[in-house]
Amino acid sequence: MMVADVLRPRGAGLPRLRDTRAVWPVLALIAILVFDWVMVPNFFQIRVVEGRLFGNVIDILYRATPTALVSLGMALVIGTKGIDLSVGSTIAIVGAVISWRIHAGDPHIVILFEALAVAVVCGIWNGSLVAGLGIQPIIATLILMVSGRGIGLLINLLYGGTDPSFDSPLLQGLSTGHLWLIPTRLVVGAVLFVALWLVIRRTALGLFIEAVGGNAAAADLAGVNARRIIFVAYVLCGLLAGCAGVILTADTHTSDPVSVAMYIELDAILAVVIGGASLGGGRIYLGLTVIGALVIQALTTSILISGLRPEYNLIVKSVVVMIVLLLQSRNVRHHVTMLFQGRRR
Amino acid sequence: MNRHYLPLIATIVVFVTLFAVGGGMYKNFLTTRVLGNILADNSFIIIAALGATFVILSGGIDLSVGSMIGFVGVSMAVLDRAGWHPMASALLLIVFGMAFGALQGWIIDFCEIQPFIVTLAGLFLLRGACFMVTLDAVPLRHEFVREFAAAKIPLPGNGVLRSSALVMLGSLMIAVAIAHLTRFGTAVYAIGGDRESARLMGVNIRRTTIQIYALGGTYSALAGVVYALYTSSGYPLAGSTLELSAIAAVVLGGTLLTGGVGFVLGSLFGGMILGLISTLILFNGSLNSAWIMISSGVLLFAFIVMHRFLVGTFNLRGTA
Repeated sequence: MMVADVLRPRGAGLPRLRDTRAVWPVLALIAILVFDWVMVPNFFQIRVVEGRLFGNVIDILYRATPTALVSLGMALVIGTKGIDLSVGSTIAIVGAVISWRIHAGDPHIVILFEALAVAVVCGIWNGSLVAGLGIQPIIATLILMVSGRGIGLLINLLYGGTDPSFDSPLLQGLSTGHLWLIPTRLVVGAVLFVALWLVIRRTALGLFIEAVGGNAAAADLAGVNARRIIFVAYVLCGLLAGCAGVILTADTHTSDPVSVAMYIELDAILAVVIGGASLGGGRIYLGLTVIGALVIQALTTSILISGLRPEYNLIVKSVVVMIVLLLQSRNVRHHVTMLFQGRRR
Repeated sequence: MNRHYLPLIATIVVFVTLFAVGGGMYKNFLTTRVLGNILADNSFIIIAALGATFVILSGGIDLSVGSMIGFVGVSMAVLDRAGWHPMASALLLIVFGMAFGALQGWIIDFCEIQPFIVTLAGLFLLRGACFMVTLDAVPLRHEFVREFAAAKIPLPGNGVLRSSALVMLGSLMIAVAIAHLTRFGTAVYAIGGDRESARLMGVNIRRTTIQIYALGGTYSALAGVVYALYTSSGYPLAGSTLELSAIAAVVLGGTLLTGGVGFVLGSLFGGMILGLISTLILFNGSLNSAWIMISSGVLLFAFIVMHRFLVGTFNLRGTA
């Protein structure tokens, strides 16, 4: 415990708020939105166009949905002290499978389940390597990350691979359509979030994952089957990546294994970390992870609407991410506090 | 024999076997020309992997390698357009690489943020910097670039050692010397083996961490210089996902990602194995380039399982 913590009066409102992890990602999101509001006064305006909602806020939610879904899966895996680098490759494979089965003429509702099944298989593969063989997560999932896009390309070759584009009212409806006024993917995302929250927080699974991530040996001694829990986390992560894959593939209605969801694993990991979870495992923050994904997307959107050249996108993103992370670092906060206190005296 | 050499020996055996398999399948494969080309074509990956070896030996990871290669490339090309001599810009950018790496190391240690996240931010920052420098491919037109590309040492047989391969072999020797002959090298192994014990033994963790990432940045920048001279151009997307190839080369070279176990020399063979796979698939001619990714993945899998077995059987990390 730091000296400053000891000296600070217990229960003082502001410092305690400052130490709450939830504050920083939410503050970052609010700051970005306020910035947008200053730049574009009608930023929060929402209109109804052609029977669906339109507006910048809707757009941020819309574009953030795939990343948020992947991030939720990543949050579970990171909760077990793991990491899954292969989510982008999983999405590439899912896209290739969708395109392949549509060319083969399967009913589209079946294809949806086939796509998700393939994603689950990817998760099982990662889970078996990590939980079964005990391989370090970063390297175990690197295997699928390196080869997954190649597998996607090979699947495209199964039907000649000349024209991987397709039309599917069902899948495109799930991705780019709208339900009443709301874009369907937001509904899908919300349903999946609630389902996941129920599974994690209303069963013991979340507790077990956090126990395993905190200390696998201790969890094992306490009677939690650590291997099985870790395995389940990777399978769920694969499944959620598969859902994102369906949305992303239907969005472009083509299979492009080389470039689809490039760097989504990095965005997802960032979202989890911005949400306050440590890569050291032991914590799952589902809501804050979604906030983290929204921060990343809001940042991209605000760079676009601020008229800054899109080249600056990555730089601004990395700088904001570093600031959020530095604020979360105890050591930095401690030194900054000391600096100000020294000046006051 | 020291059991710590087992992964390295396995790597070399696989390399020789793959090379022999290639020789059995294709005429003119078992020649110094093919070997020289593999060395030259993969020199920048291997140079980057050398720096990554130190980072991984210390139990860390550096994801900013590929972006650094791209950034150094475009900067050299733009400085070339402004009339700089390539050697001068190379020197400046290598110093920049060292400083950038040192900054990453300092943030990792001082702010206690995982290396993965810090270097991930570095990846985004440098790639964004590439786009700010230029959005187009810029050629390097200086006379020196042509001279560099033309310089070579003949090998017995028909092969040649190109200048990029020579730079790579030179940096390999320096890296081996740093790893095994200096106090810093010992400290890297100590931190990777057990950080807390290393600290208690008096290793200055902060200084060493900064030095490790500075060394990684230096080697990445050097890889970028070699890449720019080799392709005689700078392109803002150059080097994307090369950090993965570098990490894969280190792992194939027998270094454990948990840190503390491995050899710099192994990364040379790891990188050459990756190069050998793409050469084999190119020689075949009828195979899709997707097979390069897949076979790299399969090989990675085989090696990791083998390491797992070796570590379990011979207690590589243990003290006994």
